[in-house]
Amino acid sequence: MSDVKTPEIGAAGWARWAWRQLTSMRVALLLLLALAVAAVPGSIFPQQPQDPVAVAEYVRDNPTLAPWLERLGFFDVYASPWFAAVYLLLFTSLVGCILPRMRKHARALRTPPPRTPRRLERFPAHSREETELDVATVLDRAERHLRGSGPWPTYRVTRLDDDGVAASVSAERGYLRETGNLLFHTALVGVLVCLVVGDFTHYRGQAVVVEGRGFANSRLAYDSFEAGRGFRPESLVPFRITLDRFESTFDPATLLARDFTAEVTVDEPGREERAGTIKVNHPLSVGGAKIYLMGNGYAPQIEVHDAAGELAFSGPVLFLPQDTVYSSQGVVKVPDVTSGPQIGLVGYLLPTAVEEPAGFWRSVHPLPLDPALVLSVWTGDLGLDAGLPQNVYELDEEGMTQVTEQTAAGERPRTVVVRPGQTVDLPEGLGTVTLGEELPRFVALDLRHDPTLTVILVFALAAILGLGLSLFTPRRRVWVRARHTPEGTTVVEVAALARGDDPGLEAEVDRVRLAIAGQEEER
Amino acid sequence: MNIAEMSTMLVWGAATAYAIALVSFTMLLARKADAGVAARQAAVVGAGAPAPGAADLDPASPTPGRAKAEGIARSTVLVGLALHAGAVVTRGIAAGRAPWANLYEFVLVGALVAVLVLVALERRRTIPFLGTAVMGIVVLFLAVAQVNFFVPADGVQPALQSYWLVIHVGVAVIATGVFTVGFVTSVLQLLRAGRARGGALASPRWGWLATTPGVGALESLAFRLNAVGFVLWSFTLVAGAIWAEHAWGRYWGWDPKEVWTFVIWVVYAGYLHARTTRGWAGARAAWLVVVAYVCVIINFTLVNLLFPGLHTYAT
Repeated sequence: MSDVKTPEIGAAGWARWAWRQLTSMRVALLLLLALAVAAVPGSIFPQQPQDPVAVAEYVRDNPTLAPWLERLGFFDVYASPWFAAVYLLLFTSLVGCILPRMRKHARALRTPPPRTPRRLERFPAHSREETELDVATVLDRAERHLRGSGPWPTYRVTRLDDDGVAASVSAERGYLRETGNLLFHTALVGVLVCLVVGDFTHYRGQAVVVEGRGFANSRLAYDSFEAGRGFRPESLVPFRITLDRFESTFDPATLLARDFTAEVTVDEPGREERAGTIKVNHPLSVGGAKIYLMGNGYAPQIEVHDAAGELAFSGPVLFLPQDTVYSSQGVVKVPDVTSGPQIGLVGYLLPTAVEEPAGFWRSVHPLPLDPALVLSVWTGDLGLDAGLPQNVYELDEEGMTQVTEQTAAGERPRTVVVRPGQTVDLPEGLGTVTLGEELPRFVALDLRHDPTLTVILVFALAAILGLGLSLFTPRRRVWVRARHTPEGTTVVEVAALARGDDPGLEAEVDRVRLAIAGQEEER
Repeated sequence: MNIAEMSTMLVWGAATAYAIALVSFTMLLARKADAGVAARQAAVVGAGAPAPGAADLDPASPTPGRAKAEGIARSTVLVGLALHAGAVVTRGIAAGRAPWANLYEFVLVGALVAVLVLVALERRRTIPFLGTAVMGIVVLFLAVAQVNFFVPADGVQPALQSYWLVIHVGVAVIATGVFTVGFVTSVLQLLRAGRARGGALASPRWGWLATTPGVGALESLAFRLNAVGFVLWSFTLVAGAIWAEHAWGRYWGWDPKEVWTFVIWVVYAGYLHARTTRGWAGARAAWLVVVAYVCVIINFTLVNLLFPGLHTYAT
């Protein structure tokens, strides 16, 4: 602190001062606490990367507060400049702290244990007794005991001739404590580096696949694709995956899901076609990436013939499950009619449909025991010609009118109920709709590639190993001094010192005493 | 009575035994406080002469009433532990899986670990405050779990069908149990240090504090417990990341549960650093343990119940 008084401290002086502050334990501690506090808002406010829909809702519901939160980065805390500032400062402080300690530790590993202190009786663990043994025997036994019989010595031991009359043994153990501490902190830096490299090189794609169909590993085949800045499209291995079958089982009593299994065929270039399964918790590894099963549902085969009797639509349509009994919502958009307005069909697929009371349909089981498609009919302009991207699961009601009917209860939307294999007339002579005999399933697959996975795991495990070593390795120094007395006996003094708390220190002194007396403990 | 109902009965049985232990530990505390006051009065009267009651300050010296309360406390804890272990095992049999897949079971097993740590620590001598506090928390946990968090024993959804359930949640439960006892020890350390400074804590009402181990011994015990908890928590974090990579396709995604697991880890890391920082060692570090334990409680109550996230099935 003396530099502060000098008037011309200079930029270098300030830098040195700032560096010393940053690498001090106190600042590291404050940064740690700041990191904990900074992480909390991300669990309170909805986060853009995790749940953009929730963020949009929050912004709608809190029009005054939300713009401020937005500006301050509260909707993406973990990518915000202030969160980055805290952890970057913390890691700078950490590196600045461990580098000098590594140098110091490397020196300590080469230095023999310190000289035996003059007065051993002032140490917390101490014993003194007289024996008939001579000085050399005492010290030999002490040295043998302290080195231990393991593959490497428990204690590092040096033998010292103190002042011609007395001789002593100085021993030290627990270098692993600092080694572990440094390993832990270095491994944390490794984890951070892996996070950055992983973010730079990863890619991730999502695809929805219907039974009997497949997809290829190319950017265009995915419904959504996202990659780090270091990603090269050429690096995608051009494999192909076909969904052969999807099976699900449910608890018969509670109807809660018990198992989802997707049976697939994998076609990798240069390899034979092979079968694979993807389950929740059991991703499939293909072409350096992993494929996860993230969702499933029904994709009924639907055909629509227009008023002229021409086939206007044919194909599987994804119906997204809304609850545990798979009441699934979907939309059929039929733009290509021969003449007249375009048709939109909106409604539910009910795997086990029950009508109760009349006019109200619901599903009572997630498996297709008695499926029905319950649709309401819209006509008009689907808005597909505007060239704007549209949500395939929603109908743009802007240019559409719902077909209704007069009932005793007033004007009600007209619904059409279709069973598998049936063809049903659409109202107002719009045409017919047909539901296929089979009810194909679809799966939502998530494919991810992150080259750092193995390395980050190694660093994480190294961190835990280092942590265990640094917290539980006892760091002790033991001294044994033997002095020949004029009466022909030998006075033996044993003392021990530990760094930090060490409840085993007294016991250590006792073991050394016993070893010198020739009563080595049975182990 | 089927095996699931038997588990519930055993939980109530364990809670009852613990409640009796709680009362006995409290009586033991009160007696010690009385003995402390008597000793001090005797010392004042005796003025310099060896105080006759001073021997009572030694926790090992038995008086008839105390020996009885101590015996009841120690034996009911063991009875409760046996019933509690039975409850956990029958719950696992009834559900056909490791019995720590939801909040109810998490609290049930976490409480069991806390009692196990207590029994291990009180193996050689009784520390009434530790017994009182741990029994109080455990009885509260068991009652709240039964009344508010109970769900029937059942299988689990596909996302939870993994051996990582046994490893990740199992270690998290053990860590929580260890942290609970570490927290109690740190609170005791703070009270003891407060008493040394004088003020309200130095009044005769808090006389029992004088019979607990010293501040240094408590600090060292709290450190060992929290250090073990911290290593277990680090393992929970890493095991959770591995499982998340298997189940959700990413090892870290800032899900609310992940956020709070991280916050807890960082605060305990702060505690370990504070212990060796000048100006922070001692009371301030112990306060960090209190903050960290509050985060642990938030993590398995508020976070499960209020913040939507991928861990919601834990409720």
